[in-house]
Amino acid sequence: MNWKPALAVVALVISLPLLAQNDDNIFAQYRAMFGDDNPAELVEMQGEELWKTARGPQHASLAACDLGLGAGVVAGAYAQLPRYFKDADRVQDLEARLAYCMVKLQGFTPEEAVAKPYSEQGQPATDMEALAAWIAGQSRGVPVAVPQSHPQEKAAFELGRQLFNYRAGPYDFSCATCHSQSDKRIRLQALPNLTEAKGARNAFATWPGYRISQGAVRTMEWRVGDCVRQQRFPQLVFTSDAAIALITYMGVLAAGEPMAAPGLKR
Amino acid sequence: MHFRKMIFAASLSIATVVGAADPDAVIKGSFKAKNQAGLERLERSPMQAACSGAVGMTLPQPEAEKIQSAALATVKFPADGQFLGNWEAGEKIAQTGTGMQYSDDPASPNGGNCYACHQLAPKEIAFGNLGPSLTGYGKQRGQSAEILKYTWTRLWNPHAYNACSHMPRFGDGGILTEQQLKDVMALLFDPASPVNQ
Repeated sequence: MNWKPALAVVALVISLPLLAQNDDNIFAQYRAMFGDDNPAELVEMQGEELWKTARGPQHASLAACDLGLGAGVVAGAYAQLPRYFKDADRVQDLEARLAYCMVKLQGFTPEEAVAKPYSEQGQPATDMEALAAWIAGQSRGVPVAVPQSHPQEKAAFELGRQLFNYRAGPYDFSCATCHSQSDKRIRLQALPNLTEAKGARNAFATWPGYRISQGAVRTMEWRVGDCVRQQRFPQLVFTSDAAIALITYMGVLAAGEPMAAPGLKR
Repeated sequence: MHFRKMIFAASLSIATVVGAADPDAVIKGSFKAKNQAGLERLERSPMQAACSGAVGMTLPQPEAEKIQSAALATVKFPADGQFLGNWEAGEKIAQTGTGMQYSDDPASPNGGNCYACHQLAPKEIAFGNLGPSLTGYGKQRGQSAEILKYTWTRLWNPHAYNACSHMPRFGDGGILTEQQLKDVMALLFDPASPVNQ
């Protein structure tokens, strides 16, 4: 469990309330201490730089990458991902799309593009983390509108719903075990109910986020993958169909919420 | 006019169903084995498949009974007839959240992580609420053979009494050893346990 180190940090600065009720009170207070400062801003700047820099065998930048709103359009794009892309003939989330553009525009191999999605503890942000932080930040205030017009987009949502309820592994856990009731907690950590709009909206709109306990920007794929680890499943493959379906399911339920990423997380 | 719209809507929903991938097939292609977490963990047992619905789902009575009686048949009571171990060891197990994740050391004993979902000792305020409060468990129930067997069964395989219980099968799933289960039982029943203070 990750709550313990986080709690220890929090306990240093805040006296523990007698009992956290139905929210993640102490984490909310800790977050409030940061005010308007989010360390993710530095990573966002890194991501913007990376987007504009010529890289890879083809010495090209990502500036011509189509994130769904047209080549090079970044503003508002994250709020409409995952979506179906005709050129890839696949529903892609931001990370899958970035990997696609790294291959098509910059000439990286598909393996290179997804080789290091997440930074280790204490390491600088990976390219994916930096790009995701900046691109998500360019949707701040834009209402979430994950599209459901293409049949593959609808299929991804339906698959995501089924995977959300898929019980397996030695602990018999599904996503629904922890995330389908309101006002529930693991220890003191509030659990969003991701089967209804309120919980899905808050969760979806605040990832990627700066994870205080890890000192790093983490993406939505990381968040889903880390849940899956605690589910006692094998490792969720980065940009896999299951990952994208689960994110689509959450994103569709989060419709209308103004994006507020990168958020500040425990 | 309305009729045509309905046909259109119907054909769309058929297209959706046809386009929807089989979750088992997608799952297989979306995971890789890591450390102790192999791909065989994704194969669902009949209980897991039947209970893969939204929370609050109910099964038809015959199906629920089938799952419950199969679960009951898995239960192994302690070989020496002793249900209660050491509550202090039980408290440690209840506090430990690691075990069977690919990030965990398989050489370390698994935890029970009881506090993640249940209130137990009143002095521990960092408890979750996915499951009911168990504070005062033994004090309220005593130590009859029936209640000891019932509680052991619920820890061993909770599906024996609730077909789609959310609680892990701590005995049947090989999460906790017989001795660890006895220690957790002591945490619940021992009059000296903080749970019963």
